[in-house]
Amino acid sequence: MTAGATAELPEALAAIVEDFTALSQTDRLQLLLEFSQGLPDLPERYTDHPELLEPVPECQSPIFLIAELDDAGGAGPDSVVHLYFSAPAEAPTTRGFAGILHEGLDGLTAAEVLAVPGDVSDRLGLAQAVSPLRLRGMGGMLGRIKRQVREKTAG
Amino acid sequence: MSLPQDNDPKFAAYAHPEKLVSTSWLAEHLGSEGLVVVESDEDVLLYETGHIPGAVKVDWHTELNDPVTRDYLDGEGFAKLMSAKGIKRTDTVVIYGDKNNWWAAYALWVFALFGHEDVRLLDGGRALWVAEGREFTTEVPTPAPTEYPVVQRDDSKLRAFKEDVLDFLGGQLVDVRSLPEYTGERTHMPDYPDEGTVRGGHIPGAQSVPWARAANEDGTFRSRGELEEIYRHEKGLDAAEPVIAYCRIGERSSHTWFVLEHLLGFENVRNYDGSWTEWGNTVRVPIAVGSEPGEVPNR
Repeated sequence: MTAGATAELPEALAAIVEDFTALSQTDRLQLLLEFSQGLPDLPERYTDHPELLEPVPECQSPIFLIAELDDAGGAGPDSVVHLYFSAPAEAPTTRGFAGILHEGLDGLTAAEVLAVPGDVSDRLGLAQAVSPLRLRGMGGMLGRIKRQVREKTAG
Repeated sequence: MSLPQDNDPKFAAYAHPEKLVSTSWLAEHLGSEGLVVVESDEDVLLYETGHIPGAVKVDWHTELNDPVTRDYLDGEGFAKLMSAKGIKRTDTVVIYGDKNNWWAAYALWVFALFGHEDVRLLDGGRALWVAEGREFTTEVPTPAPTEYPVVQRDDSKLRAFKEDVLDFLGGQLVDVRSLPEYTGERTHMPDYPDEGTVRGGHIPGAQSVPWARAANEDGTFRSRGELEEIYRHEKGLDAAEPVIAYCRIGERSSHTWFVLEHLLGFENVRNYDGSWTEWGNTVRVPIAVGSEPGEVPNR
């Protein structure tokens, strides 16, 4: 692992980066597969209303996401963020990216999510195993999550 | 040693029926000596979620491309890849994949550049195998390495470069992208990542025949008669004259290349893999916008 790969990352995300970069290229794909399998199902309030989720056109396969803030007393920098994703089983790579972001970001505060560096997808050591083009989808997801959080804390 | 041809009556009408197999043929011949099944997908992890028993995976991004130059493997690289996948030069290779076999057709085309003789597509691809409830496994085979010869890639017959296309303007060009990409309204597929093309439109004189017109709902190829109707009659393409197909990066046009070359028997079909991500970014090449093929400039 290169020095600085985990710099400025929240704890859970730093642990994921460490896990990936410690593995061989083949095993990195296996770990990504596990993240795709571990992605939680959408809660019913969203399966019934898929239009509430935002599409991520940067990904090769269709994926939709929404960032929710616990806003008792008004959403602000200290509100806890919850993330929900919808991606088909035939798109395991995209699901894997979503699984990483879910495990790495869900439960953080809005301020912590907004402070996540935009280049996280480049730090996982997946460029060789997955290809840089495919990885761009993950950057697109993170960008959209941060924009939603920013909008929801602005009001 | 080649496996027998699939005598499915649908295939018999095609110019080269030996280039396709049906799901039932494959199910029957799985495990045969001299047969290697290859899965090639858009999604790099799909194979790991389950694949046809005994199939090996070949990934276009990470295995068929040169990691540095925008080009394919060289002869040494291909021989090494084939050896690692347990493929012998004389083996029958059947390729299948997701997304209507786009990447499978792309892989087949790259195998053809290296002159691997017996390489076939599974009609209907991965989706049809799934739809029919056929067997899948997550068990990854560990094939014994083979002595695959180093054969230099021959780009002269099946591959077109930008310079070839510039010299070919006025010839039969087929743009297989979606209509909004052809007209210039957008530079990439709906719902797909924008790979960064600074101009929209098409190569002047190119006819628009979106790749999907060659496929049925279930991903199988349309019949010979239906394909003749589209490419020969509606578009007026002449099978005796050269054709170049292109898309955005060359994967969808591999699908159409397969149709023209193997199903309709056009005599000279090349795939321009630089496609729109090269053409649409190149300084001073001519471009046409709108729904008509457009004026071909004098050169």
